[in-house]
Amino acid sequence: MSTLANILIDGVAYGMVLFVIAVGLSVTLGLMRFVNLSHGAFAMVGGYCAALLTREAQWSFWGAVPVAILATALLGAVLEVLVLRHLYRRKELDQVLFTIGLSFLLIAGTNALVGPQVQLIPLPPVLAGSVDLGFRTLPAQRLLVIGAGLAVAAAAAWTVTRTRFGVWLRAAVDHAGTASALGIPIRTVQCVSFAAGAALAGFGGILGAELMPLEPYYALKYLVLVLVVVAVGGMGSIAGSLAAAVLLGVIETASKYLASDWGNLFFFLAMAALLAWRPNGLLKR
Amino acid sequence: MNTMTLLRARLEKAGDASAPRCAPPWRAPLATFAIGLAACTLLPEHAGLLTRVFIMAMFVLSLDLAVGVAGLATLGHAALFGVGAYAAGIFALKVMPDPLVGLAIGVAAGALLAFASGAFLLRYQGFTFLMLTVAVAQIVLSLAQKARDWTGGDDGLSGFSVSPLLGRFAFDLEGRVAALYALAVLVVAFYMLRRLVDSPFGLAVRGIHENRARMAALGTPVYARLLVLYTVAGAVAGAAGALSAQTTAVVGLDSLSFALSAEALVMLILGGAGRLAGALVGATVFTLLHHTAASINPYHWLSVVGILLMLVVLVPPAKVWPWLRSRLGAKA
Amino acid sequence: MTRLLQVRSLDKRFGGLHVTRNVSFSLAEGERLALIGPNGAGKTTLVNQISGVLRPDSGAIHLRGEDVTRQPQAGRVRAGLARTFQITTLAPHFPVQRQIELALFERERLTWRAWRGIDRYPALQAEAQELLARFGLRRHAATPTQDLAYGEQRLIEMALALALRPKVLLLDEPMAGVPKGDGARLLEALGALPRELGVLLVEHDMDLVFRFATRILVLAEGAMLADGTPEQIRRDPKVRAAYLGN
Repeated sequence: MSTLANILIDGVAYGMVLFVIAVGLSVTLGLMRFVNLSHGAFAMVGGYCAALLTREAQWSFWGAVPVAILATALLGAVLEVLVLRHLYRRKELDQVLFTIGLSFLLIAGTNALVGPQVQLIPLPPVLAGSVDLGFRTLPAQRLLVIGAGLAVAAAAAWTVTRTRFGVWLRAAVDHAGTASALGIPIRTVQCVSFAAGAALAGFGGILGAELMPLEPYYALKYLVLVLVVVAVGGMGSIAGSLAAAVLLGVIETASKYLASDWGNLFFFLAMAALLAWRPNGLLKR
Repeated sequence: MNTMTLLRARLEKAGDASAPRCAPPWRAPLATFAIGLAACTLLPEHAGLLTRVFIMAMFVLSLDLAVGVAGLATLGHAALFGVGAYAAGIFALKVMPDPLVGLAIGVAAGALLAFASGAFLLRYQGFTFLMLTVAVAQIVLSLAQKARDWTGGDDGLSGFSVSPLLGRFAFDLEGRVAALYALAVLVVAFYMLRRLVDSPFGLAVRGIHENRARMAALGTPVYARLLVLYTVAGAVAGAAGALSAQTTAVVGLDSLSFALSAEALVMLILGGAGRLAGALVGATVFTLLHHTAASINPYHWLSVVGILLMLVVLVPPAKVWPWLRSRLGAKA
Repeated sequence: MTRLLQVRSLDKRFGGLHVTRNVSFSLAEGERLALIGPNGAGKTTLVNQISGVLRPDSGAIHLRGEDVTRQPQAGRVRAGLARTFQITTLAPHFPVQRQIELALFERERLTWRAWRGIDRYPALQAEAQELLARFGLRRHAATPTQDLAYGEQRLIEMALALALRPKVLLLDEPMAGVPKGDGARLLEALGALPRELGVLLVEHDMDLVFRFATRILVLAEGAMLADGTPEQIRRDPKVRAAYLGN
């Protein structure tokens, strides 16, 4: 029974990390139809910034994390404006190849700047311990991750449904041409969404640093998982990404606990089954 | 009367000058054979590298069939290569070491996996299809890892060897027989694929790639055509895998890896997708580059590939290799 | 007269939208049936259901007596149906002659053949060239279809449909997007269609409709509003109210 609880908690936490990283990619894909395979690099950059700020520059965790997220957002915005938006009109395959190339470059650059060793993010004492919830004790880190994931989901849902930016975003996802004709500043929406997605990916990289160790190949190593979440959840669907991420996170964790010599067979079997059942996304028909 | 028929014939011929024509199918494969043979003769000490080039060229050729000709963007093609490799290796180990029979087994394994997975995959398109190809390949990889009694798991499959080709040509230590064997299989496969692409079947598949809705409206059984094409691509990939197993006498899990699928795609794009010859060019250039860069820090190699990829997207090879293309194949 | 096409009680919804409401009609040999209606009436949706792109929720479609309701597009083409698309649907990089040849190879059921090159079928090549000549496009034989003028692309749409030697021809707004001046050759082609062919024409150009059609169907909000000769339609008050205006 306690194994089941462990699987669930670790699985949901893992899922939340995947969600936070994936949601930006899902929105970018749905909004700009832009296949950005350098998205994993944003998660990596966020994690690295946090790690370096806390360890090398001796900043406090609570100061380093927001700055790291902001830095990632800035990187995303700069890349989008200078380079990536010129590729929006290109074929899918071209976008895939260019952004993979970009990832390669970022991996090599990371190694050149910081070296190949794994970067750890030392947690402040309040997060390093356990929390007694009455019926169970949970590692505080897991609680933080789950809480953060839910907060991101809530914030994203609120932004999309209740703010003007959200209206613009939905209009632009549905039909960019019409939205632009209606006076919606499409370029701004695209840039801000991209930067926000990058920021969230960076946040996810920080949250998941324990589960997904930060090293230069991170940018590509976990990209497949993130892409799976986006595909299964449906491009552009925030709720879909959440559902897919949690579901797949639990399945992957369960398979690690119960059938570790089968590798990620069950993860990909589940993915194939879910995609075959709902090719446009879990929550879309 | 005679003048009229003569005039009409001449007019008809003049009119035909504007009609599209395909290049003869044996031209490019013959050129490949000549170049390959020259390389093997002039650079005997690089036989191992040449063998690898020929095998990769064959693998990327099969990928071009799926991606460039049929428009099926896949990131799981290594699975077809790997099953061919493992099938040939296991066959040599447990049944008989004859290389040509082993090659046939590799072809069959690749074709079978392609047929079975294609029947499922081809119900989907675009991004969904792409992700499902990744899933299928990862599932095959996990199964290979699990079945260590057959595949050797993480340690790989080894300890098998192949008997002399056609009973006479033993695989020498320098690798010259291996190189010529791989070249021969490559040229035969290239020839068959050239005929396939310029046949009515190939025309229909290219039509499906360019405009599926149009083909459906013409009465093409789209799914059936794509499934056959994907199976053929699998057969060629399986053959390449079998060659790899037989010439290196070892099969590792990397032959099923996502990295191999991605690398092949990079090679294909480098050389230009869709006309088959580009696959050979891209595979050759990339493999030779990788070989020379192998001694360098892997991270430096990664940035070279990264920059190459970004450059290739910004400046498509179609503009860089035009003279090569006009030599090796006319526009259909 | 033989019933080439019979549509019975066709019904379809897209979620809450009732796009086809219990539509029934038939098309006889040699008939020129025009399908008209205001924008959003569901004309293209109806054509898509007849050609097999969409599945109706209920109802039946019979092609020359054969029930094709469950059949995919390929089956209906084999049964003698051909269509053109409202938005030009061609293989953009194919030379024009190859695009026509492809239609011919499909018609002759030769596209399973994977060995002999396409240049080794002289009879089909000659037929393709003859068809091109008929439409005045012979000099563009080697031009990629995307490089042609829009009007010429619309001609190829029609040439492809005719290459299939159909018994029933569905023309979805053949004049759509073609500037008034360039439509002459298209109109010629329409006039020169084989006598026995049954044609269902979806069009907005009322001059063309009244000149070409032997019968007119009026569709409004997915339902059949009227079915009659051009004179009957012209005088029908319901049609005037819904569509012809003044």
